Amino acid sequence: MRQDLTHILRWIASGSRVLDLGCAGGEFLQLLQDTREVRGTGIEIDEDCINAAIGRGLNIVEQNMDEGLDNFPDQSFDTVVMAHALQAVHHPDLILEEMLRIGREGIVTFPNFGQWRCRLYLGLRGRMPVSRFMPYSWYDTPNIHFCTVEDFEALCAEKGIRILARDVVGGQNGGTSRLASLWPNLFATTAIYHITR
Amino acid sequence: MSLAVDSSSVGLVSPQVARFEEPLLLACGRTLDSYELVYETYGQLNAERSNAVLVCHALSGHHHAAGYHEGDKKPGWWEECIGPGKPIDTERFFVVSLNNLGGCHGSTGPMSINPASGKPWGPDFPSMRARDWVHSQARLADRLGIDCWAAVIGGSLGGMQAMRWALEYPDRLKHCVVIAAALKLSAQNLAFNEVARQAILSDPAFDEGRYIDNGEIPAQGLALARMVGHITYLSDNAMAAKFGRDLRSGSFNIGNDEAVEFQVQSYLRYQGSRFSGSFDANTYVLMTRALDFFDLAREYDNDPVQAFSHARCSFMVMSFSTDWRFSPERSREIVDALIAADKPVSYVEIEADEGHDAFLMPIPRYLAAFSAYMRRVGVSD
Repeated sequence: MRQDLTHILRWIASGSRVLDLGCAGGEFLQLLQDTREVRGTGIEIDEDCINAAIGRGLNIVEQNMDEGLDNFPDQSFDTVVMAHALQAVHHPDLILEEMLRIGREGIVTFPNFGQWRCRLYLGLRGRMPVSRFMPYSWYDTPNIHFCTVEDFEALCAEKGIRILARDVVGGQNGGTSRLASLWPNLFATTAIYHITR
Repeated sequence: MSLAVDSSSVGLVSPQVARFEEPLLLACGRTLDSYELVYETYGQLNAERSNAVLVCHALSGHHHAAGYHEGDKKPGWWEECIGPGKPIDTERFFVVSLNNLGGCHGSTGPMSINPASGKPWGPDFPSMRARDWVHSQARLADRLGIDCWAAVIGGSLGGMQAMRWALEYPDRLKHCVVIAAALKLSAQNLAFNEVARQAILSDPAFDEGRYIDNGEIPAQGLALARMVGHITYLSDNAMAAKFGRDLRSGSFNIGNDEAVEFQVQSYLRYQGSRFSGSFDANTYVLMTRALDFFDLAREYDNDPVQAFSHARCSFMVMSFSTDWRFSPERSREIVDALIAADKPVSYVEIEADEGHDAFLMPIPRYLAAFSAYMRRVGVSD
């Protein structure tokens, strides 16, 4: 289980209705069903992931969120989760709005491009950062909208989105380092936000 | 194919007949006093009677969905999906497949004798709706001791029956698998069915449906109806790949006056004539009308969300990218209504060149998704 997902778990109430945007093979939805008895739905576009998730007994709808989420009614879910997908969608700002139209609350995780290693990589080498966490080259990356912790918070302020809680993953072992908590924009590798209207 | 070594087939099967004496009130207001349903079963019913799966057939389908009849070279129409290790795994499930009322493969229909007249029903056979089939299927379930289906499954018109099951008998199915179907036909679809019916009705041999009394069959009209239908079941790509502009006979060489025939012409004529030899014209008219009349949400204020709010089962919906008769958009309407009704639903749109017929084909991703869903049936309940 990816570190950001275990952080999210405590923000999700037992028995709630959860929509997972870009649910991959359904590992997180499965965890939620097993530990929180949520009623979950996932959307995904990767064939193998969809089959894996369906095979787990999850409810998975093949749908590309870049083509809209109009089919999900207003406030029809308690929580809408989007883990590590914000940077890969065409219109991150619109997706955030949609998340909070469909759900009472949203949970977003993304890689922090403002982390010191990224800055150092770009600053010293003059090349787009490639790392264990972001293994793609600039021309073949699915990640087309990188942002930093501060960028994201500025967008939330602009959109009138309330940040209920922020968590970070920092350090090499994936835990929350003290530095990452104190200066997330510089030390967080992954940012995790609990948001609402 | 040798039956002995084909371990993925249910092998030799033979149909059974269930006779019902309790009158069945139909949606049209008429009553069938007694009737017979011909059906086949594959696999074993478990002690709890909890592993039964109902397969509903499409427009021209019938009870023989899998395995082989004695002496036959070709298997049942859904051999790709029913059998040991297949999506509807007969090692796990007890599969029931019947010929619907009004059919022409053994269940009571226009070719059966009308007890009132002592002659074949012909065009006087009552018109059928999907719900009539569902009610008759429920009686077959009673007869077989099946209180609740593990799943009701169908493609095309069969998918419509499966959805109707979910609304008419919400407590009698756990899963509903709807493949290449729709909440109702589009105007274009109605139009195609009308052309097919007109081909039959305008054949002089049809004689307003009384051809059986005359000892004739409207073969020309039935073949033409099937040809039109067949075109709409295939995609442009599939026809291009299968036939292109290849010639079966003749040539376009200058100075050559030989009659030219394209492969696709010959294929359609073959399909048409084969069909007209094995299908009843009155049944075809009846089945296309049942398809036309189907509108899942009509009695629910035309609101599919309200309709599905009555369902208690989980749904699996599948569509095929090049199906233009029951396009992915129609399946999305089903899925969106289920989401809005807060019902458990999974949906996959399979990339396939085969058009509407894809639901009968061994397309790897289709079989994989279908199998993945069926693995949960009877396990996670």
